[in-house]
Amino acid sequence: MFDAADALLLARLQFAFTVSFHFIFPAFSIGLASYLAVLEGLWLKTGKALYLDLFRYWLKIFAVAFAMGVVSGIVMSYQFGTNWSVFSDRAGPVIGPLMAYEVLTAFFLEAGFLGVMLFGMERVGRKLHFAATFMVALGTFVSAFWILSVNSWMHTPQGFEMGANGQFLPGPSWIEIIFNPSFPFRLMHTVTAAYLTTAFVVGAAGAWHLLKAHDNAHARKMFSMAMWMAALVAPVQIFLGDAHGLNTLEHQPAKVMAMEGHFESHPDGAPLILFGIPDQDAQKMHLAIEIPKLSSLILKHALDAPLKGLDTVAREDQPPVAVVFWSFRIMVAIGFAMLGIGAWSLLARLRGKLYHWSWLHRAALVMGPAGFIAVIAGWVTTEVGRQPWTIYGLLRTADSASPLDAPAVGASLLAFVVVYFLCFSVGTWYILRLMKKPPQPHEGGIEQTESGPIRTAGITPGPPQGDERQGREDAT
Amino acid sequence: MSVNVDLTTVWAFIIAFGVFAYVVMDGFDLGIGILFPTFRVGEGRNRAMNAIAPVWDGNETWLVLGGGGLFAAFPLAYAIILPATYPLIIAMLLGLVFRGVAFEFRWRDPGHRKYWDAAFFGGSLVAALTQGMILGAVLQGIEVTDRAYAGSWWDWLTPYTLLTGLGVVTGYALLGACWLIWKLDGSAQDHAYAVAKKALLATLIMLGAVSLYTPLLDGEYWRRWFEAPGIYFASQVPLLTAIIAVLLYRSLAKRREVAPFWLSLGLFLLGMAGLGVSIWPYVVPDAVTIWDAAAPERSQVFMLVGVAITMPLIIAYTGWAYWVFRGKVGTEGYH
Ligand code: HDD
Ligand code: HEM
Ligand code: HEM
Repeated sequence: MFDAADALLLARLQFAFTVSFHFIFPAFSIGLASYLAVLEGLWLKTGKALYLDLFRYWLKIFAVAFAMGVVSGIVMSYQFGTNWSVFSDRAGPVIGPLMAYEVLTAFFLEAGFLGVMLFGMERVGRKLHFAATFMVALGTFVSAFWILSVNSWMHTPQGFEMGANGQFLPGPSWIEIIFNPSFPFRLMHTVTAAYLTTAFVVGAAGAWHLLKAHDNAHARKMFSMAMWMAALVAPVQIFLGDAHGLNTLEHQPAKVMAMEGHFESHPDGAPLILFGIPDQDAQKMHLAIEIPKLSSLILKHALDAPLKGLDTVAREDQPPVAVVFWSFRIMVAIGFAMLGIGAWSLLARLRGKLYHWSWLHRAALVMGPAGFIAVIAGWVTTEVGRQPWTIYGLLRTADSASPLDAPAVGASLLAFVVVYFLCFSVGTWYILRLMKKPPQPHEGGIEQTESGPIRTAGITPGPPQGDERQGREDAT
Repeated sequence: MSVNVDLTTVWAFIIAFGVFAYVVMDGFDLGIGILFPTFRVGEGRNRAMNAIAPVWDGNETWLVLGGGGLFAAFPLAYAIILPATYPLIIAMLLGLVFRGVAFEFRWRDPGHRKYWDAAFFGGSLVAALTQGMILGAVLQGIEVTDRAYAGSWWDWLTPYTLLTGLGVVTGYALLGACWLIWKLDGSAQDHAYAVAKKALLATLIMLGAVSLYTPLLDGEYWRRWFEAPGIYFASQVPLLTAIIAVLLYRSLAKRREVAPFWLSLGLFLLGMAGLGVSIWPYVVPDAVTIWDAAAPERSQVFMLVGVAITMPLIIAYTGWAYWVFRGKVGTEGYH
């Protein structure tokens, strides 16, 4: 009933499913960890209790998101061995050490300081607590650094030698491996994406509470901070995305052809296809709406520059065009929508209406989940666009999989789907419930829940510290 | 070549250290999960949970180091063992998902707390059981041809692996109970003492059963344990185990608070040593040695630099985090 092709397809589905779910949480926790560090830093600097309230409010949300990021991430680190064992054996000597560095420099850092960040405020004093928060934020960035280096090496491999046993072996310089050509672009674009994703979640929460009460000081602060991020960072992200695309054109031209939907070569200026229905079997774009020569202008900075199309790529080396074409458009559309919200908020700010324009707040609310959609669309573009290779041009996806029977992979895929939907939808629901409540003056710490105080590892809730009480009075 | 040999040995010990650190640290977390239903709903369970809430994530990271380290230092072993124990690995990961989210979720929603408590227990139990069974599956041997797993997908399921699985469950329960003795007081601590005694007995029975069974497996275990020169070293392990078991029992009887935990660690350390006797220098018994599986020297050197720099720091700040949360859990005026 099943054959090897099914096992491969199921393994791919399983990887795509587990990594997409995993990435949703880092996209949020990378940004949120930095936001928390900023909030706590502002609190330490200004002494305003408002910042502490916001810190505590988002800390509870962070704890839930981070837990889900950790458990889904552990699954990822074993996926390589369970489902892609041939790939692991062959690429292990090169990418294994980078992933080991991620564990040593990032995961331990995050996990080691997480406990203090979540539960330690009363135990270690403010400065040390801030240091712990900062370490967690730093850890999330370092983690992104290493894993994206690994991923980028698979897209643009360099600095390796081929071993007699078919293994990829490291060459003399690790720098060449780590800083492979697509890595700087991917790192900047992805980390910026995480910041934007978080900004739009924070902005949506702020907008929601502003719609209920325009004068809510906490909601105002959240919304204002988020809109600054949108206004300043969305344009940067578009610029970075463009640079990333130019770099891809150099190293993975077939991917860009699929993104652009160029089945044919254009010797004298390629059009920008806005929409159309790609038909890979016929190698044609149906119902294309296009702007003449614009694609050549964007990609080559000259109207008449020639651009090659998929007709120069053998059929078995082409990525699935429709998926790449559409996912790319989803990401870019969201990028411009984010830019629009940012610009709108600047206008509102200029007019002094940032907290009063309900339509802006409604739009920001709708855009709350946009970042997540954009990052998943971005990854789909990147990863599907690299097909049919796992190590670009060198190792095919079909030759990477474990020697497993399809029923084994299918059953485990089913188990992942059931468990992930169960656990992570409940978790998302808890996060939404936390965001539904407005932040309070004297926002409770993580130790205090609806059901009364829980005392974490020896913490006895005591009276507020002197200057903390003072801070609260400042705010009122 | 000789340099490479040494490096490979060093890496084998680093991985062994990582696995041991994981077994000990997440061992007591998982053990508390396994014992969770025996604690009273409310106060008892909350305190048991709080005894590990600030540190569980760091503890679990050692699992990532163990897996990731194997991938990096012995990629071939990683590529053989994981497909061979595929259903066990998946079950372990899913168990860890349930147990990990339960830490947060049970506080978020008192109405459904009993379900997340059940998830915490079930997830911990499954994770412990499958870890033990993975160990057993490796020890009983894995079929390998052409750098790949060549068996079928039920090979891992035998009476032997069930035995090693249960052995790890009882061992983790012992660690968990001893950790709770250290961190709790009052009636919850009394309960931990009672459980620890039972868990000790169960652990010793399982340890004995596995020790008797292992030499009967195919392969060279018999020769390693019962013929010279192996026996001179190997015989020390059961001897020391017996001594520690007696000391541990007495410390429980005398209601010592800290000693039981360290002594139960001693039991695990001896278990590791026994494992070393059985398996060295193979990673997949009788099929792949550490040198067959080793990554090239350049990879090993690069990572060794990383380990040498970061490991002392990791141990320092992990120690600091434990120290921050020292003392009894949730008892006024006891820290
Ligand atoms: C750009 C960022 C990024 C990307 C692309 C990935 N991750 Fe991730 N990962 C993180 C950013 C991150 C993080 C921000 O560091 C997390 C999220 C929440 C957390 O706890 O740490 C994390 C957690 C996390 C953990 C748990 C760490 C712990 O125990 O604390 C593991 C094992 C992995 N990841 C492994 C992976 C693998 C194997 C990936 C690729 C296939 C991957 N991650 C993609
Ligand atoms: C060393 C690291 C990685 C390896 C070995 C790897 C390998 C693979 C493989 C084998 C596939 C399946 C091919 C396919 O189904 O088309 C895939 C798809 C995918 N990967 Fe990666 N990948 C890695 C890193 C990442 C990272 C860091 C992310 C982002 C979080 C990511 C996101 C995706 C996505 C979204 C897909 C789905 C594409 C699809 O299957 O349709 N990958 N990857
Ligand atoms: C108009 C704006 C944008 C452009 C032109 C753009 C361009 C690109 C390109 C060309 C890639 C594929 C790179 C490759 O694999 O070769 C990519 C990937 C990606 N994009 Fe965008 N992007 C834009 C907006 C966004 C936004 C708003 C987000 C999220 C908030 C985002 C998140 C991502 C992610 C996560 C990836 C995958 C990782 C990577 O390869 O960097 N992008 N983007």
